[in-house]
Amino acid sequence: MANMNMIQSLNNALDIMLDRDDDVIVYGEDVGYFGGVFRTTDGLQAKHGAHRVFDTPLSEGGILATAFGMGINGLRPVVEIQFADYIFPAYDQIVNELAKIRHRSGGEYWSPVTVRTPAGGGIRGGHHHSQSPESQFTHTPGLKVVYCSTPYNAKGLLISAVECNDPVIFFEPKRCYRGPFYGDPHNVPTWEGHPEAEVPESHYTVPLGEARLAMEGDECTVIAWGAMVHVSEQAIRDSGISCDLIDLQTLVPWDRDAVVNSIEKTGRCVIVHEAPKTSGFGAEMAASVQERCFYHLESPIQRVTGWDAPFPHTTEWDYMPGPTRIAAAIRRTQEG
Amino acid sequence: MASKKKEGFGLNIPDAPFRPGEEAVFETWSWKPGDLNRPDPTKCTSEDTVPHAQGLVRVLGDDDKASGAWDPKLSADELREGLEHMVRLRIFDDRMMKMQRTGKLSFYMRSFGEECVAIAQTMALETQDWIFPTYRQPGAQFVRGRDMVSMICHCIGNVEDNIKGRQMPVHYSYREGRFISISSPVGTQFSQAVGVAMASQYKKLDEVTITWIGDGASAEGDYHYALNFASVFKAPVILNVVNNQWAISTHANFATASDEFATRGLPYGLASIRVDGNDFLALYAVTKWARERAAAGVGATHIEVLTYRAGAHSSSDDPSRYRPSDEHTKWPGGDPIERLRDHLIEIGEWSAKRQSGLEDRIDDEVMSAYKEAVKHGDLASGPYPEADTIFTEVYEEMPWHLKEQFDEVMEG
Repeated sequence: MANMNMIQSLNNALDIMLDRDDDVIVYGEDVGYFGGVFRTTDGLQAKHGAHRVFDTPLSEGGILATAFGMGINGLRPVVEIQFADYIFPAYDQIVNELAKIRHRSGGEYWSPVTVRTPAGGGIRGGHHHSQSPESQFTHTPGLKVVYCSTPYNAKGLLISAVECNDPVIFFEPKRCYRGPFYGDPHNVPTWEGHPEAEVPESHYTVPLGEARLAMEGDECTVIAWGAMVHVSEQAIRDSGISCDLIDLQTLVPWDRDAVVNSIEKTGRCVIVHEAPKTSGFGAEMAASVQERCFYHLESPIQRVTGWDAPFPHTTEWDYMPGPTRIAAAIRRTQEG
Repeated sequence: MASKKKEGFGLNIPDAPFRPGEEAVFETWSWKPGDLNRPDPTKCTSEDTVPHAQGLVRVLGDDDKASGAWDPKLSADELREGLEHMVRLRIFDDRMMKMQRTGKLSFYMRSFGEECVAIAQTMALETQDWIFPTYRQPGAQFVRGRDMVSMICHCIGNVEDNIKGRQMPVHYSYREGRFISISSPVGTQFSQAVGVAMASQYKKLDEVTITWIGDGASAEGDYHYALNFASVFKAPVILNVVNNQWAISTHANFATASDEFATRGLPYGLASIRVDGNDFLALYAVTKWARERAAAGVGATHIEVLTYRAGAHSSSDDPSRYRPSDEHTKWPGGDPIERLRDHLIEIGEWSAKRQSGLEDRIDDEVMSAYKEAVKHGDLASGPYPEADTIFTEVYEEMPWHLKEQFDEVMEG
C-alpha cells in the first residue's frame, strides 16, 4: 500500500499495464516526453520507450482514428484527450466508428481503445477546460463510460478499462487529481491521509458496472460521480441527514441494483452531476428509478446539476453544484 | 463603422465543367507513357516525386501497347487474371443493380468505370496486407478470394449475411481477406488506416495498409489527419484519392480549387503520384512502387487515382440531372476493361471470342451465385437474421440494460 494522489494512481495503472501487455500503447498531446499537462504519464516514456508512450500532432480526430486502426490490428491503445472539452473533433470517430465497429462488422473486427480525458470544473477553466460531457457518450450504444473519483478507484477502473475489449470513455475529475474536493475552493485538502488514497502498488481491478457505497445511511440516497462525490459527502454532513452516498463509478452500464436497493431502503433520492441538467445522465437515472422504485418513493426525486448554460470562468462556484445546493435538495426530500 | 460595398466582389461559387444539355469536351491528356521516370522507391524523397504529382503516370498508350519505365512487365496470365476480375465485378454489379431495380435489394452501388482501382491495386499487394476500402472498392474481395454467394447474401441482408443485416448493401466486411468493414461516413477509414499501419510498424511486421478516399471526401478533416499522421510517423500506408470527378452531384471543383489532388501530399512530405486510374498496368505499377516504399520503412505514398465515375453514385441517384448523360464516354481515360482487353489482344494473348466466352462464363457464375444466395432468404420474404442480432455484438458481453431490452423483444 502507498498513499497516492489520483495522478500517481493513474500513472501507476498505466505503468502496470505497459509492463504486463506489449499490446498496450499510450499516446496523446504532450503525453510522451513531457509526461502530460497534468503529469499523468510522467516518466512512462523514459521507462517504456518512445515507441510505447508518445506525443502526437494536435489532432483529436487523428488520435482517435489511429487508435481505432491500431485496435483493429491487435493493439490496445490508451489515448489521452487533454481536456474533455476538446474531444469533439474526435466525436465522429468515437460515436460512428469506435462504438459500432464490433456490431457493424458482425463481430469480425473490434477495437479495444480506452480514451482517458480530464473533465469537470473547479479549476477556473472557463467554457473550454471545465465541461463534463459524459452524457454525450452515454447516449451511444457500444461505448462504456467510466467516471472515477478517488485514487483507489481511478487505478482499479483504469486497469479494468484497458483490459476491457470494448471501447471505454474514461473521465477523470481534474479537480480531484491532487485532493478530494469538498466544494470549498479556499480549502482544498490533498489526498494525504484519505482512506481512498491508500492504493495497492500491484495490479488490481475495480469492475466496470459496479457502484461504490461511499457513505451509508437510511434517510436519503444521494447518487453522484466524479468530483461531485466529495461535494455530496460534505453536503450530507452539513445536512445532518443520514444518507447512502452512491459513487456510480461506471455510467454505462450503471449499477442499477445498487441504486434501487438503496432507494428501497431510504425512499428518497437526490442525483448530483456537474453537467447541465437537460438530457444529463441524471435524467436517465431519474426515469429508471421511478420505473423501478415508484412505490418506494416518499418524495420527488431531486436533481442538483450544472445550469443549462455554458460553463463560466469567474462565476464557476455559482455554476457548479456546491454543498449548500445539495444539502438543500437533501432536506427537500425529507419534506412531506 | 459600416463597410462600403465594393464593385466586382461577391461569393465565388465554382461549377462543374459541363451540365446536362451541354457537350462534354475534355482536354486531351498531354502525358504519355514513358514521360515520367521511376525513381527508386526506397530512396527517393517527396521532392523527387514533384513531376509525378503534377504529371500522370501512364503505361498503356493510345496504341494499346505498354511502354516506359513504369511498365510492370506482368505475365499474360496475370493480365488475364486482372481482366477476369474486372469483368466479374462489372457483370456482378450489373446483375445486382437489376436486382435492386426489381426490388430484390434495398440499395446498390456500382464500381462502373472504376473497376480497375481496387483490383489492380489489390493484385499489387501481398496477401498479408490490410485493405481499408470505401464502398467503391468491393472488387478487392474478388482478388482476395471471397465467395460471391456470401457477398450477395450480405447485399440482401439475409440469414447468411456475415454482418447480420446490420448495414446497408455494399458495406462489406471480410476478415479472412483482411478487408476491413466499410463505414458510411466518408473519409473516416483514411485516418484509421494509418493507425492499422502504425500497429504493423509497432509489431515490426511486414504488412502494408492500403486505403482509398473519394475526391469529395478529401475535403473532410480525416483526409488531412491521415496525411499528417502518416507523414509524422512514417506509417507503411498507401493513401489513394480516387478522383472520379463526382461526389454524388458535387463536382471535384468543390473539393479543391487546385488542378490536381496528388500535389496535396507534397507539403506533407509524402511521395506523391498521379496515375491514370483506368490503366491497369500503370495503377498496378504505382501501387507496387508504393508498397515497396512502405515496406522499406521510408513511409507512405499519396496517390491520386485519376478516373471517372461512369455510373450513378448509387441506386438512389440520377446523374442525368446534373451532368451530360454521355459524359463518361468522353473521358480521356476511356474504359478500364476495354483498355486491358485491347492490350491483351494487341500482344496476341486474347481475342474477341475469348472475351465473349469469359463474359458468358461469368454471367453464369453470377446467376448461379445469385440463385444460391436467395436460397438463404430474399429481401421480400426473408428469412432475415433474427431480431436478437440487434442486441448481440454491441458489446463483447451483453450488459444488463441491453439484456432487458433483448428479453422484451424475445418475449414479444
